[in-house]
Amino acid sequence: MIDWLIHFALKLLETCRDILPIVVTIVGFQLLVIRKPLPHPRKTIIGFFYVLLGIVFFLEGLDLALFPLGSLMATQLTTPEFLGVPLEQAISWQSYSWVYIFAASIGFATALAEPSLLAVALRAEQISGGTIRAWGLRISVAIGVGFGLALGTFRIVTGSELYLFIIGGYIIVLLQTRFAPKMIIGLAYDSGGVTTSMVTVPLVTALGLGLASAVPGRNPLLDGFGLIAFASLFPIIAVLGYAQIAQWLNRRSLSSKP
Amino acid sequence: MFKNPFIKQLFGSFLDLAPILAVVLVFQVLVIRQPIPDVGNLIAGTLFVILGLTLFIQGLEQSLFPIGESMAYAFARKGSLFWLLAFAFCLGFGAAVAEPALIAVAEKAADIASNGNLIEQTDAAKAGYALGLRITVALSIGLAILVGVLRIIRGWPVYYPVIFAYVCIAIMTPFAPAEIIGIAYDSGGISTSSITVPLVTALGVGLATSIKGRNSMTDGFGLVVFASLMPTIFVMAYGMVI
Repeated sequence: MIDWLIHFALKLLETCRDILPIVVTIVGFQLLVIRKPLPHPRKTIIGFFYVLLGIVFFLEGLDLALFPLGSLMATQLTTPEFLGVPLEQAISWQSYSWVYIFAASIGFATALAEPSLLAVALRAEQISGGTIRAWGLRISVAIGVGFGLALGTFRIVTGSELYLFIIGGYIIVLLQTRFAPKMIIGLAYDSGGVTTSMVTVPLVTALGLGLASAVPGRNPLLDGFGLIAFASLFPIIAVLGYAQIAQWLNRRSLSSKP
Repeated sequence: MFKNPFIKQLFGSFLDLAPILAVVLVFQVLVIRQPIPDVGNLIAGTLFVILGLTLFIQGLEQSLFPIGESMAYAFARKGSLFWLLAFAFCLGFGAAVAEPALIAVAEKAADIASNGNLIEQTDAAKAGYALGLRITVALSIGLAILVGVLRIIRGWPVYYPVIFAYVCIAIMTPFAPAEIIGIAYDSGGISTSSITVPLVTALGVGLATSIKGRNSMTDGFGLVVFASLMPTIFVMAYGMVI
């Protein structure tokens, strides 16, 4: 119990250091540049205290649950017994299909349930004047994230170079930017950051690192990271693509009317 | 549905985790069909995560967010360019340092680096590496927000800085050490999650509404993407230097 309390106090102290810069920024600029007192000092201080406690509990929970869960899934889905191949035989990338399906499901489910994506989708519907539907956008982002994560795990399994995929993705984004409706570009770019929430990031990271240690011939140092990059690039492609298709359908239905 | 905001937030945090738990459960029951080790720890950890998220979001909503947003609007409406840019940089830097997902992943990256003999296998070396990584990311996010604000003021198209960042990344990748590339590419997505996105979006939309000739819908966005590309460039540079 005492050990745990010391550990907790140390974490709390460390987190104090972590939130210090943002507190100094907000309070400092408020008092020195805007020169007004804080509007609700009591409420604000209690709020900062909540943030502090929240980060400590969250990080502790990550170590106990989300990180182990990600690596557990990676190990269980890659054991030779589960794959059903004899030990001495080399395993081809096709045998890992459950890994890809798992990664795609995690990406699809978390993106679809992401609250900030809902807000972005509603805004996009507003900007486009109804050409883009909020639901269509959410589904396309969810498919984008799911596909991105599946491709990312495929990359870890085969050990191919990360930058080939990402730079290839950049080129697609730039080509799409050329043809997509101008109104939607800023929002589409930002949707990449929206899908990587506080809960998804640790789980997906642990999954990638776990896979890289479990698949023979892979090194976590070289192959373990990169899944988050896929998860934040593919939504951009999906949103731009959906906007283009929606615009095209809209034009066609307009021109077909007499 | 719920009167008490705390209970409501607790439910919201549970909903954040629900899709992950559902997918994992389905796979465990239908596909893997093996006993899960340490179920007790997993359940305790999940409860910790839910409680932590709840306190964190609740705390942000009653301290940082209202002040940060009203300040973003205040700076956007009046005030000198210098103070606006200084505020933008500090906001980006501070938010990234406090980002919990970044804290967690930087520690993981330090573990991996020390297991791979990239750095010494001591706690001090690991802590130093993790902190160095986070400071690098935070500096780059501060700079990204600064440039993004300048873009909104000057009215440059959103894809100029993005194309520039893409080209930088493509040129730097072959020269960066192979061990840093993965974490560098990931760092952008990791650091644009809970604190950075709402504050930065408020700043962008506030600026675009208050400047004549800017449309809050089209010009207000684009700060987040820049904040998620800049860390990649900086972390690769950090890898080359260290």
